[in-house]
Amino acid sequence: MSKGRFGVHGGQFIPETLMNAVTELEKAYDHYSKDADFCRELDGLLKNYAGRPSLLYFAEKMTRDLNGAKIYLKREDLNHTGSHKINNVLGQVLLAKRMGKTRVIAETGAGQHGVATATAAALMGMDCDIYMGHEDTQRQALNVYRMELLGAKVHPVTSGTQTLKDAVNETLREWTSRIEDTHYVLGSVMGPHPFPTIVRDFQRVIGKEVRSQMLEAEGRLPDALIACVGGGSNAMGLFYDFIQDESVALIGCEAAGRGIDTPEHAATIAKGTPGIFHGMKSYFCQDEYGQIAPVYSISAGLDYPGIGPEHAHLFDIGRTRYVPVTDDEAVAAFEYLARTEGIIPAIESAHAVAYARKLAPTMGKDQIMVINLSGRGDKDVAAIARYRGVDLHE
Amino acid sequence: MSRISDVFKNNKAFIPFVTAGDPNLAVTEQLVLAMAEAGADLIELGIPFSDPVAEGIVIQKADERALAAGATTDKIFEMVRRIRTRCQVPLAFMTYANPIFVYGADRFLANCRQCGIDALIVPDLPFEEKGEILPFCEKHGVTLISLIAPSSRERIRRIAEEAQGFVYCVSSMGVTGVRKEITTDIGQMIALVKGVQDIPCAVGFGISTPDQAKKMTQSADGVIVGSAIVKLVEQYGENCVGPVRDYVREMKQAITS
Ligand SMILES: Cc1ncc(COP(=O)(O)O)c(C=O)c1O
Repeated sequence: MSKGRFGVHGGQFIPETLMNAVTELEKAYDHYSKDADFCRELDGLLKNYAGRPSLLYFAEKMTRDLNGAKIYLKREDLNHTGSHKINNVLGQVLLAKRMGKTRVIAETGAGQHGVATATAAALMGMDCDIYMGHEDTQRQALNVYRMELLGAKVHPVTSGTQTLKDAVNETLREWTSRIEDTHYVLGSVMGPHPFPTIVRDFQRVIGKEVRSQMLEAEGRLPDALIACVGGGSNAMGLFYDFIQDESVALIGCEAAGRGIDTPEHAATIAKGTPGIFHGMKSYFCQDEYGQIAPVYSISAGLDYPGIGPEHAHLFDIGRTRYVPVTDDEAVAAFEYLARTEGIIPAIESAHAVAYARKLAPTMGKDQIMVINLSGRGDKDVAAIARYRGVDLHE
Repeated sequence: MSRISDVFKNNKAFIPFVTAGDPNLAVTEQLVLAMAEAGADLIELGIPFSDPVAEGIVIQKADERALAAGATTDKIFEMVRRIRTRCQVPLAFMTYANPIFVYGADRFLANCRQCGIDALIVPDLPFEEKGEILPFCEKHGVTLISLIAPSSRERIRRIAEEAQGFVYCVSSMGVTGVRKEITTDIGQMIALVKGVQDIPCAVGFGISTPDQAKKMTQSADGVIVGSAIVKLVEQYGENCVGPVRDYVREMKQAITS
């Protein structure tokens, strides 16, 4: 029987060679997620190493400027390593260690997940290999060096479009050749079961904190939650504990690149169709024959042709909605947040800020929105300068 | 169905693989005819996919070449139709779940039957997910081939119980590609299968030399060779038909003697 379905989506569409590896992972996760020692150790790492809880910051200037809903920023950018990716990685690497694995491998797009994985591997004494599209190693050269500083080996992937999807392909291939001592730390709520569930559970901490922080600050739940969506982990982590609260709008922002009416975008819900890829049934950007499309976004972290299966299901049942945000809008929001609040967001997170700028003025002043600042923008500064035609000599 | 049961009837079977459309569909058509003539017992035709995660670099590149040259699922169906007017060699499609699912599994398998495809191999469709495609294989009389791997262990029993046609035994961990040495105890994997069901077992992944093929067929009923042949196609391009024919003949002889 198929496992790990969210409605019709999800499942385990992977080579037979990997089936016992994911089954072993599922069993280990079922066991350790209920194990008091494991949970205590993970909580300790999140608190003392990653710096949780992250702040829920009232963006007063932005609120005044947009003259609508009250805006809060969930500051995942302040986590150790600079993004939400560390939440998932600490959980998975700790789990891998308990499973007796000695080596972790991971794909990375922007490099944030790779940096987080390399960090956790250094901390917990694991060997670490990172697969990154060749194009992304160029776009995010600083993160490549960062991973190497942390003791990881970075493998540029030269097949296909040389971006995130190809990095996932290559990491899956590597895992197929070595499952005994190796755990694949998947970086988003995607891939074969149990990954979408495990990653969501490790990212749930975002939404849990928002709920209690919001109740403390405002004495009520927010009206809208906004997050960018690549595979969908920061969004799912924020949304999950609010799914039952129908009054809370859950909005994901997809990368529309040069526009969803051009071929250069990564807007899976806006333009994708049902398919089976990277171990899961979900929506994908693809052609009529099921060939996966070469997608594009200025953001390496959102430059992915699919979306996690639980998002696909929540979309099907109408609980979440997804909006496309272009490069231009994201870059403008990147600069806007820097000037307005003194916070430089990751270009991924800037997609969420961009939509918030449109939505907030349409909401009442008594309404509240939370934007997930999934990461910080240091890694993007050079790329944004290039986008603006500024020649930096780093 | 009957063409598949004939594959293993007399001798050890030699099963070559090529990517359809590499370097173009006209050459693939000639390759199939030449390989059948050289003694191939079943021919696996890969429908190229943009992201073949079970494939090593050799077949990845073949998929890229085929797609760049304009191969599509529909054009491949047409090619098979043309082949069937001249040749009755058993044919299997090898492709990923997505090209089948997006085409529509029912329509895909109806076309398979209509143009004369006997079996289907889907490397990213494990036992637990075969419900996506098996009902349509059964409806249209196309055999869905099951795979087992060195890591399958206790899964082999369940897979073998429901297997049809033959069992595809993956010789090694990892992706497709030529290997110097195959260290898995293939004999034991096959014994586990045969303990459950008396069904032919063919070994694939990594095999390239006549010696390897001979050694494999001490326990296996057939060998599947992909990357070694695709390398010849890559090397000789449009002139690959002769070299591939010679290679298939040599391999078939090695496992027959
Ligand atoms: C800062 C940041 N936000 C978001 C993402 C997108 O991933 P997800 O949709 O899984 O949150 C990435 C991925 O690299 C990222 O680095």
